[in-house]
This record gives sequence, structure tokens and C-alpha cells, in this order.
Amino acid sequence: MNPAGATPTAEPSAAPPSPALEAVGLATGHRHTCVGRGIDLQVRAGEILCLLGPNGSGKTTLFRTLLGLLPALEGTVRVGGRALPEWPRAELARMLAYVPQGQMLPFPFTIEHLVLMGRTGHMARFAQPSARDRQIAGQALEALGIAHLSGRSCMEVSGGERQLALVARALAQEARILILDEPTSSLDFGNQLRVLERIATLGARGIAVLMSTHQPEHALRVADRVAFLKAGRIVRCGGREIVDAPALAALYGVDARLIAAGSAYPSGAQAGMLDSDSDSTR
Amino acid sequence: MLLLPVVLVAAVALVSGAYPLAIGDALSALLAGPRADGEAGVVVWKLRLPRILAGLLVGMALSVAGAAYQGMFRNPLVSPDILGVSAGAGLGAALAILLGQPMAVVQAAAFIGGLLAVGSVYTVAARVRHHDPVLVLVLAGVAVGTLFGAGISLVKVLADPSVQLPSITFWLLGGLNAITAGDLAIAAPLMLCGLAPMWLLRWRINLLTLSDDEAASMGIDVVRLRLTLVACATLMTAAAVSIAGIIGWIGLVVPHAARLLAGPEFSRLLPASALLGGAFLVAADTLARSAASVELPLGVLTAIVGAPVFLWLLARSGRTS
Repeated sequence: MNPAGATPTAEPSAAPPSPALEAVGLATGHRHTCVGRGIDLQVRAGEILCLLGPNGSGKTTLFRTLLGLLPALEGTVRVGGRALPEWPRAELARMLAYVPQGQMLPFPFTIEHLVLMGRTGHMARFAQPSARDRQIAGQALEALGIAHLSGRSCMEVSGGERQLALVARALAQEARILILDEPTSSLDFGNQLRVLERIATLGARGIAVLMSTHQPEHALRVADRVAFLKAGRIVRCGGREIVDAPALAALYGVDARLIAAGSAYPSGAQAGMLDSDSDSTR
Repeated sequence: MLLLPVVLVAAVALVSGAYPLAIGDALSALLAGPRADGEAGVVVWKLRLPRILAGLLVGMALSVAGAAYQGMFRNPLVSPDILGVSAGAGLGAALAILLGQPMAVVQAAAFIGGLLAVGSVYTVAARVRHHDPVLVLVLAGVAVGTLFGAGISLVKVLADPSVQLPSITFWLLGGLNAITAGDLAIAAPLMLCGLAPMWLLRWRINLLTLSDDEAASMGIDVVRLRLTLVACATLMTAAAVSIAGIIGWIGLVVPHAARLLAGPEFSRLLPASALLGGAFLVAADTLARSAASVELPLGVLTAIVGAPVFLWLLARSGRTS
């Protein structure tokens, strides 16, 4: 039942629940170009797994494969114990939700409509959102503390608020697993913290969270476990304690002293460093 | 709420024109039924009503198709004419007229031409990467539209100058003056065939304005939904083009106005576009036939309104993005 054994999941507690999301021997990529290989990954209910890796390490391709948007080249992805290709699209949407980076939308939908779109997987093909759908969307907005934005256009709210709305949409989807693609990129310092704070509460709701980030200190802040992705392979996986200067130096290919200097973010005057850091991503 | 301007515009259209009617006369002729005698009866039932109905239907079809194209291509600057669909449908219809085909074949040829145009624009735009997708889509549409326009010119050269050429040229100018009740009887059901699936799928169509990955992760089959929508919108455009010729700009401008009034959510945007489009085209047509002593081509009037609005939108979208 446990062929991989690569991830440190040996918990002596009574019968650990089967992982919500699991990849075994996964190879990712497009048709003939393989981007990632031999990837073993498990995320359990209520757990936040943070994926760190330099640009081009295959994070986005891995996420698209886990979401069933790209077929796996090798190996299997299991969602709720069932292999991914066996899931019908709408049913999968009720289990697994995706939170993209909060980019601009071409049309000024209200925040409420944006969140209601997450209900589509629960609706019949020709249906409109019901009163119950609206209620669930409202609760999701409430949970993320942006209920007051419900009627505002998604074009006039801040980037952080739009990102929170996308997380709310995933909550409204009532999925058990959330995959977040760099949820804090392109946000200013305050909004990064606000979004992270809300993500940290998702684990308490029993949701399995897999998120990627470019900022190791974000992993330290919210993650239960951290995985390092380099050149398409999981090179390290474990608790937060594995995030230290030598490991990051190896992962990102920079001098360890540089990282040691940067990771000791002092409170106060130098906090602005985080901000400029985020601008350099992408 | 938007029904009021439609009724108002239709009422004005009913009484104005080369043979102005008093409101009372028009109303009594209307109430007397299709067999109403007297000049007023003939003018109302034989001339004005079919034309008003045609205006409402064509305006509705082009506007709703425009709203659908804008949503599914995530681009507020596209429309049936900018995507080349109108030119494609025009070429198909012109070819069928050249070959002396009946109305049903003209419709079918217009549909196929329109599908070819939107298919090639989308294929080209999907292959070009590392460029602004809005620009690529608009430019590809212009190129494909020009190509099909050249095809139309070729058809005109080949057409019999005494019989076919006038009818093709006249029809290409775009207008409601030549539409008969028989044309309407064929075009209206086709437009409804395009409209019905759009109305049924109206909630899901909202999701097409998101990225494909997002929409798919929320449980919809993106490719199938987009293909369905392309077929419906193209069918509506083709049905409109085959009876009224190429009337530009409506499909671009009206969805914008409708979005300002009703918001981008498709279950509200669709009826708003339909009503506004119908009212706009009937108003433009009434102006075209009563403003001057000669009847102005309808396409000229819609372009006078549409082109400046398009330029304004272009300038505005450049600033916000």
C-alpha cells in the first residue's frame, strides 16, 4: 500500500488517513518533453505543504498535472484514493480546487459572481446559482474576511483582495484539496501577510493545501511540511526545519552567506526588503 | 426595464418614413389586423412591420453574437465583423447568390463561411505566442476579414453585371429594405437555434472569461463549451448577414453599452444586449430612411456611431492594462 516510502510520513498514531492528494513516481511534461520525473508527494487532510523551487523547476507543470489539466507521462496521481483519470471533471471540481495567481480579469465581474463561479461544479448543466449557492459563497467571503466586498467589481479591488476572493472561490467550491500557485506573488507586503494568515486557517478546516511560493519565509510561516523542487525532482521533503540557509543555497544555487544575511529579516526598518523581494519574482 | 426603449423605438419607426402616419392611424391599422385596408394598413403591415421585425432580429443576433465572442475570447474588443465572421458569412452568401441558389442555401453558405473565418482567426491567434493576445486576435481578424473581402470582390467581378451584380452589391451595403416576410421566416428560426443554447448555458459561459485552466478546474469542459458557443454565435451572425448584408459595428458597440447597464454576468448581459441591439438597429434604420430624401445605407450609419466608439475603447483599454 505504501510503495514510495520516500516521504517521511511514519506516524505511529492510529491508522493515519489516506492522503487526500498523492503522487507516486510521477513524470510531468508536455508530450515528448519531460519536465519532472520520479515525483512522490503526499498531502493529508488539514496539512499545508509548501513547495519551494527556483523558476523553471517545473512547479507549474507539476500543478497542472496534479489538477488533471495535463496527463501524467508516468506514474499516478490519486485524489481521495482514486486515480485522477477516473474522476469526471465536475466531480473532481468538488474535491480539488485551484487558486491561480490573481491576475486581471477582462470583465468587471462582482466579487460575489467571481466566488459563485466556484459553485459551477455543484450545479446542473443548465442551472443558475441557487439561493443555497449564494449562501455558501457568502460564507466563503465571510471566512476570508472580505464579505464587505461582495458587490464590488473585481477590477477595482486591490490585488490582495482579489487573491482572497480567488481563495474564497475555492472554498465555495467545497473542495477538500486546494492547490495554490504562488498566491502571494505580485502582492505588497501587507497583502502578502493578510493572504498568508487566511491560508494558515485553511488547514484547521481540514483542507489539504498544496501551495508554491518564491519566498522561503512564507513556507516557514504557514507550512506543516516543505518540499524542495529542483530540476523537476523533489530533492528534499520534510518539516519546516529543513528550510535553512545551506538547503536554500543548494536549492537556488546562491551563496549560503547571502541567504543567511537575508533570512534574518529584522523587524522594523529593514522589513521593506520583503517588498522589493516580491517585485523581483517574475 | 430595457423593453421600454424597444417599444418606443418601434413605435417611432412605425409612424415615420417617406409616408408619415399619424399615431392614431398607425394604431388603428395595427389593431385592424393584417388585412387592414387603406393606405395606412398596407404601409403598416406590408412595409413597416416586417422591416421593424427584421431590424429587431438582426440587431439582436449581431449584438448577442458579439457579447458571446467577447466573453469566450476574453476580449472586449472583438465582434462578428472584427473577427472576420461577417466577411466570411458575406462571402459564403455572395457565392450562393452568384450560383443562383435559393435562400436556404444562401443561409447555409453564410454559416459555413462564417465558421471558416472564425476558425482560421482563432487557430492563427492560438498559435502566436509572446505577443499581446488582444492585438493578435484583432489583427488576425482584420487579415482574415480582408481575405474574405477580397473573395467577395472576386465574386462581384464574376457576377452577371445586369442581374446578379446589383443584387449582390445592394445586399453587401447592408440594409433592411430588401427583407421579405419569407426571408424572416427562414432566418428567425436559425437565430433562435443559436440563441437557445446560449440562454441555457448562460451561467457556464461566464466561466469562459477566466483562464482555461481555472474554468476546467471548476468542472466545465472548456473546449466543448467554447465550440458550442462559437457555433451558436456564428449561426446567429450568418443568419443576420444572409438577410441584411454586412452591417458593421453593432456587435462591438452594443455589448459594451449593455455591459455598462447590466454588468458582465451573462444571464443579464444576454437579454440586455438583445434588447439594446434590436432597439439600436431599428433606430438607425428609421434614421436611415427618414433623415434624408434618399435612403442612406444602414451600414454607413452604424459605422459613424461604431468606429469612434471602438477607437475610444481601444484608447481606454490601453490605459488600464
